[in-house]
Amino acid sequence: MDTQRPLPKPDQDSVAYWEAARRHELLLQQCSACNKFRFYPRCICPYCFSDKFEWRQAAGRGTVYSFTIIHRAPFPAFRDKVPYVLALIELTEGVRMMTNILECEPNMVEIGMPVEVTFEDVTEEVTLPQFRPAKA
Amino acid sequence: MARDPFSKSVVIAGVGESECGKGVGLSMLQHQALASKRALADAGLTKADVDAVMTTDVVGLPSLQIAEYLGIKPKFTDTTITGGSAFDVFVEHAALAITAGLCEVVLITYGSSLWTDHRRLVEQGGVDPRMPAAQFEMPYGDLSPIAAYALAAARHMREFGTTSEQLAEVAVASRQWAALNPRALLREAITVADVIQSPMIASPFHKLDCCLMTDGGGALVVTSTERARGLHARPVYLIGSGFSATHLTITHMEDLTTTGAVTSGRQAFARAGLKPSDIDVVEIYDSFTFSVVVALEDLGFCEKGEGGSFVGKGRLAPGGELPTNTSGGGLSYTHPGALGIFLVIEAVRQLRGECGNRQVSNAQRALVHGIGGWLSAHATLILGV
Repeated sequence: MDTQRPLPKPDQDSVAYWEAARRHELLLQQCSACNKFRFYPRCICPYCFSDKFEWRQAAGRGTVYSFTIIHRAPFPAFRDKVPYVLALIELTEGVRMMTNILECEPNMVEIGMPVEVTFEDVTEEVTLPQFRPAKA
Repeated sequence: MARDPFSKSVVIAGVGESECGKGVGLSMLQHQALASKRALADAGLTKADVDAVMTTDVVGLPSLQIAEYLGIKPKFTDTTITGGSAFDVFVEHAALAITAGLCEVVLITYGSSLWTDHRRLVEQGGVDPRMPAAQFEMPYGDLSPIAAYALAAARHMREFGTTSEQLAEVAVASRQWAALNPRALLREAITVADVIQSPMIASPFHKLDCCLMTDGGGALVVTSTERARGLHARPVYLIGSGFSATHLTITHMEDLTTTGAVTSGRQAFARAGLKPSDIDVVEIYDSFTFSVVVALEDLGFCEKGEGGSFVGKGRLAPGGELPTNTSGGGLSYTHPGALGIFLVIEAVRQLRGECGNRQVSNAQRALVHGIGGWLSAHATLILGV
């Protein structure tokens, strides 16, 4: 177990998101008034200010909007992972997320590359949504 | 847009710095006290004249802590927290408070023993567990703040063909200025190849694309033009200002290649009644080489996407047509965690003609641009004599 790695502490906005991740599902909030998806989860729509929303299962597909290859670990827990890719992904639902790109050599990653969600079980309690190159 | 709401009624009357460098042996509060003493002496004012205090980045209740330590009972305080742009914001807020008659002499301070306390900037993730970033960014190994600027730079390279060699030109020019500044930490000349060959930190940033990590402090004294009359330093007027915040963390920046500097710059130029070609000296928060490239584009010094070629051929360097970061900036002069106040101090010294070997000849108008957070909060000042 990787105890030093910073892990998410679910709060009132995100508990459903992290519970879904443990089941290997990616959930996004969709506004019931303007229908826009949003990320990260929050209790009010940042576009129309409605407080009505539904949790939706995301398609789990997107493209790399930008990425950087990290060579210096920000925390001791990442020392054996460098170099690794830190990327921003644009999901087909229109939201952007930060992620790593797994199952891919860092120097093979490109902006615009299609990716799909995968799940990394970091501890018994915590699973992180992650992304890998989309399978054709 | 409204012309300068302050109508040359507010001046920066004094500037001061503590001892800046790596491990100079002063505490965070000592840096601020020393810089404040020097800034007030520079202005020809005393502590008893100060009736407002503005600071940021001190734990607890920052302005009250500084005021208490210095023995000041302010009737106006401001503790705006917008990262490295806070000091440029403070100058605007000081002008607002002074012109509204709420106070007369504002002391703005910054100080940090960042190098002594933490040694390495990359350990400064600094994200409170209650912030969304702690859940959705830090678990992925976000190397904050370097990775955020690297993500923006990578996207800029993809969209506009900006190269690592072009980014390196910013570091080379900064070092040329630092060579002329006896106080600068790094003064040895470097080449584009040196930058490219320095260790990769987070692509596309090499070590020499990243700002320094130091201790240091600075202070500004802002007052009314009327109050400054008869003081010994040449008054430097605030003639334009603007601010824009567009997001907090990099995941939520809509277009990674265009920053809030578009809005803050447009406001500052409109209020000053000036355009980029009227500016003699530029001080931009160079947290990374890329920060200068994108800010020059967004402030209107060149077209969007052309920043990479614009910074080449020594344009920003001593003798170039757009003298930029004339102290050596965060890349070569000093960077105690936030650079904003040092940008204003250098601009004031250039406009007063006090800069010795690095003096820009006939400097009449300076633009200062602070960037805070993860390209999040932008503040532009235009100063003049």
